[in-house]
Amino acid sequence: MEHHEFFISTIFNQYIANPIASLLGFHPPHDVLPAHVVMVIVVSAIVVLLALLVRRKLSVDRPGVLQQILEILVEGILGLANDIIGPNPRRFFPLLGALFIYILVGNLLGLIPGFMSPTSNINVTASCALVVFVYYNYVGLKAHGFRKYMAHFAGPSLVLAPLLFVIEIISHCARPFSLSVRLFGNIYAEELIIGTLNALFPFLLSLPVIALALFASTVQAFIFIVLTMVYLGGAVEHSDEDEEPVH
Amino acid sequence: MRKLILVAVGLAIVALLAVPVYAQEQATSTERELGVHWLAIAMAIAAAGCGIAQSRAVAGGCEGVSRNPGAVDTIRFFIILGLAFIEFLALLTFVVILILQ
Repeated sequence: MEHHEFFISTIFNQYIANPIASLLGFHPPHDVLPAHVVMVIVVSAIVVLLALLVRRKLSVDRPGVLQQILEILVEGILGLANDIIGPNPRRFFPLLGALFIYILVGNLLGLIPGFMSPTSNINVTASCALVVFVYYNYVGLKAHGFRKYMAHFAGPSLVLAPLLFVIEIISHCARPFSLSVRLFGNIYAEELIIGTLNALFPFLLSLPVIALALFASTVQAFIFIVLTMVYLGGAVEHSDEDEEPVH
Repeated sequence: MRKLILVAVGLAIVALLAVPVYAQEQATSTERELGVHWLAIAMAIAAAGCGIAQSRAVAGGCEGVSRNPGAVDTIRFFIILGLAFIEFLALLTFVVILILQ
């Protein structure tokens, strides 16, 4: 893959990362942190600053603009999670909300000149997808124990169980792959297209694509958390269905 | 008409297969140069299939909305989800192209 130099990552490496690395005894010949890691740090800083800004001015009587936007976001995610996962979705909200805001800000960051979307690198998206994978398996295991969780891979009928078990395991292992590749492919393709159009005709030709990218970034973040909800719902839901016929 | 289409498709396949022959004659690093053209064709085929599939999905969604305007929210949700799944197939091709490139 091609290497771009980003002003902010160069500055960051020169003044913060490289000195810290040399303090710890590493002396790599190049910059310590690649561009996408610096961009992840930028995204985290933006999100944390935003959250602190909102928290300082929280009020019930006169909510600010930012607070209202975030409230709409929270309501929307909770309503969607209530539809997909089932009752009591509030316990999953920290993961879902954090993923949505992180991915959304990450996607949109790439549209600002001089920055790059951290999500256009497969390592970043794969980290998000692996977190989701581990978390929904953990939730499923916690919800109905090891044996029942394994039993729901096998399906209802005993005859088909050996076949279904293998298929289910494979499809579950494909989930983090498909999650990460979907996000990465969309954002990377978007950046490539904008870059190519900019090379053809600077600034003007890529404007419609950037407008489309604004929409696509939001949709991708939305789809990521919707799929997370579907997986979480699948991990949690089966226990209720299995228990009901017994009673 | 049917015969004509068959002949056209056959000619197209022959023309596509002829590309490597031309490429092999001039370039020493044939593998690489041949690869780039074929990757573009692969992406075009993937995009075409993705376009047909997505248009069918959206058409179905529009039909559903016009029959039952009350179900807009549900249908929109499923369309967006379905489009993401369909798009993933084209993106897989894109990733394979990135790897092979």
